[in-house]
Amino acid sequence: MAVGERDPHTGHLTTGHEWNGIKELNTPVPRPVWLFLAATVVFSVIYWILMPAWPLGATYTEGLLGIDQQSRVDADLKNAARDRASWSAQIETMDAEAIQADASLMRIVREAGRPLFEDNCAVCHGSDARGGQGYPDLTDRTWLWGGEPETVMETIRVGINAAHGETRSSQMPAFGRNRMLDRKAIREVATYVRSLSGAVPDSGDEATAVAEGKEIFAANCAACHGEKGTGSTAMGAPDLTDEAWIYGGDRQTVFETVFSGRQGQMPQWEERLSAVDRKILALYLRDLGVGGE
Amino acid sequence: MVSRLTRGERELAIGILVLLGFLGLAMTAAGGDGPLGIHGLVVIACAVGTTFVVIAGLFATEPGDDRLSRYYDDPSKVGIVLAIVWGVVGMFVGDWVAWLLAYPEMTFDAAWASFGRLRPVHTTGVIFGFGGNALIATSFHVMQRTCRARLPDQISPWFVLLGYNLFCILAVSGYLMGLTQSKEYAEPEWYADIWLVVVWTAYFLLYLRTLARRQEPHIYVANWYYLAFILVVAILHIVNNLAVPVSLGHAKSYSLFAGVQDAMTQWWYGHNAVAFFLTAGFLGMLYYYLPKRAGRPIFSYRLSIVSFWGITFFYIWVGSHHLHYTALPHWVQTLGMTFSVMLLVPSWASAANALLTLNGAWHKVRDDAALRFMMVAAVFYGLSTFEGSFLAIRPVNSLSHYTDWTVGHVHAGALGWVAFITFGSIYAVVPRLWRCREMYSARLVEVHFWLALAGTVIYVFAMWNSGIIQGLMWRTYNESGTLTYSFIDSLVAMHPYYIARAVGGLFFLSGAVVALYNVWKTARLAAGEQTEAAGDTPVAAPAAAGSLQAGE
Repeated sequence: MAVGERDPHTGHLTTGHEWNGIKELNTPVPRPVWLFLAATVVFSVIYWILMPAWPLGATYTEGLLGIDQQSRVDADLKNAARDRASWSAQIETMDAEAIQADASLMRIVREAGRPLFEDNCAVCHGSDARGGQGYPDLTDRTWLWGGEPETVMETIRVGINAAHGETRSSQMPAFGRNRMLDRKAIREVATYVRSLSGAVPDSGDEATAVAEGKEIFAANCAACHGEKGTGSTAMGAPDLTDEAWIYGGDRQTVFETVFSGRQGQMPQWEERLSAVDRKILALYLRDLGVGGE
Repeated sequence: MVSRLTRGERELAIGILVLLGFLGLAMTAAGGDGPLGIHGLVVIACAVGTTFVVIAGLFATEPGDDRLSRYYDDPSKVGIVLAIVWGVVGMFVGDWVAWLLAYPEMTFDAAWASFGRLRPVHTTGVIFGFGGNALIATSFHVMQRTCRARLPDQISPWFVLLGYNLFCILAVSGYLMGLTQSKEYAEPEWYADIWLVVVWTAYFLLYLRTLARRQEPHIYVANWYYLAFILVVAILHIVNNLAVPVSLGHAKSYSLFAGVQDAMTQWWYGHNAVAFFLTAGFLGMLYYYLPKRAGRPIFSYRLSIVSFWGITFFYIWVGSHHLHYTALPHWVQTLGMTFSVMLLVPSWASAANALLTLNGAWHKVRDDAALRFMMVAAVFYGLSTFEGSFLAIRPVNSLSHYTDWTVGHVHAGALGWVAFITFGSIYAVVPRLWRCREMYSARLVEVHFWLALAGTVIYVFAMWNSGIIQGLMWRTYNESGTLTYSFIDSLVAMHPYYIARAVGGLFFLSGAVVALYNVWKTARLAAGEQTEAAGDTPVAAPAAAGSLQAGE
């Protein structure tokens, strides 16, 4: 058995072992280590006594404090609801116009509406609510299904072409792909549709196309978009005479829309957001629209 | 390399490679043009490529019996080079995804370039590629020296090292194809997992066989840690990856566990991967290279014992602290939290044992960047184990969980502790393995040290800031009781920190590139200058063991 030697630097004995030149001192474990270990063990034991801690077959030690994370969450949710109770009942029961006229309620709508919108809606409609290709701009004055707060709320509740029994549904048929119109006719009607919002024909040919397109429009499109192309909020058919485009107003995109059709979707929010939250969102959006005027 | 193998070993190697080739062929046949089939082709390519290397040296002169009087270091050399190459690749991808988080449009509309696929390439590349290869390479080096015994044979270390790298390749290429078990740090699918079990068993047996041949009466601390690492990682890997494949011809599998049991099994695995892969293994490294480089005895043998058993006992309980405030029963969370708190004591005892070992050698820490790497590693080990215990406390966790604070904590450990101890050990072991006096350039080691330290500090500070801001923003309420900030608000607030983090990562990556260059130059230079380290030889094996050697 090897014999320990004294390390000149620390004055401690070595254990007498050596591995490839490495030796070990036989220094006792420093007292703070034991104290520190004792302290953490004492802390743990106390914590086990107070909190749910050790399994006992099918059950567990529940702890003297009787704390359980599920009841804690339930209590927190109840407290949070109480914090909001001062205004949430008012928003739920009052008419939209009355809320809009109440400055203090509208302050809450703006405060709560922005995070609600950004957390739930912005992923499609953009954090500025201005939409993008395929996603309507919510700050302008054009509303597919109507812009009254109650109507917007209903759209949020049931969604569009969504998985909800009462969903709003609408579809732009694929006139080209389904061979209802040939390419020439689609080009003509597209030119006409563009002229409705002021696109000036840039040649004599186009002027004829507008005239041809007008007839095609009357026969195929007017049923939903109206004779003058002003759309119908009852059917969710867009107004084609304004400047707003969901998918784009350039020649190619309008052609594509008529040729392949469109069927945009918006999810239903009835199961994900409370009635108060949905009302706040509708009022918030209307408020944005007013601000955007 | 091949010339050091005997003719019999070369033939055995070809035999194993042919078997592996057939295995690849079977995978290709069963998997068709799915990911399993493509992986079959990868296996065939690796088997054929390696076979060519062996065949090229098949008829070279056989080594004499004097090889048995020297340690067998070829696998360690290759392992060190593989570790640094994986390190550079893994850190490059890591920095890439860091930039991707700051500029998410950088995916070129390609599925493979999305965050979800690149991120596990980074984690597997650095943890298993860089860390794993460094652990295997240094463990071969350390166990031979501290046992004063040569590796028991010359084939199994190659099987372990190259087989392990095949696993890493299957893992990483699988992610790029979209293949994952969706278990963090255990993403590879069932067939890669089974292959790793085979390789790992060979590793475990190799370690035990070397220990059994040791010529020292006692087993050195470093070996306790390496052995704990190998044994527990095997258990964790097998249990967490229990799964049922869709079919033998399909790459996808479904876990044997479901719901909260699955989550608990995963985090029992996940946290103990931190404990036994990223801590125990690297403590083995620290316990050999630090005292060796400092020329000082270990501060306290008794403290080594206390910390070793403390770490192995406490760690195994703490995984549930990853699931605070979830569907996991409250009592399991309590146990995870309290054991995490107690774990701090043996963790700090290890860090203290390392730092106190340096007493009497602090002038060397000042002058020698390799030793300074190890010193800083011990400091970061202390720091991140404190942070870990702190974050495991439930109310603290309610702020930190799901934020960048966790990411910062992991990198304080991964960069500051794991990578620093690895680079320090690499700079200590490379001149010994290639038998030259020192590294090609001490200046470049110094440059690497400061790049790595700056990178780590920038990274960790950026993530601390961003994580705490994020956590506070998520829980800030208006007077009316509604959330003040949207999630997007918190992302906008993160942006500058994400850029800072990516810059820090770039510093760290540059340091790794410097290391690769320095090691490569050292190896090239060493070819001309062969110094024999006095006494760096195993004890002449007794006759009985010697005859065993020839037969193996």
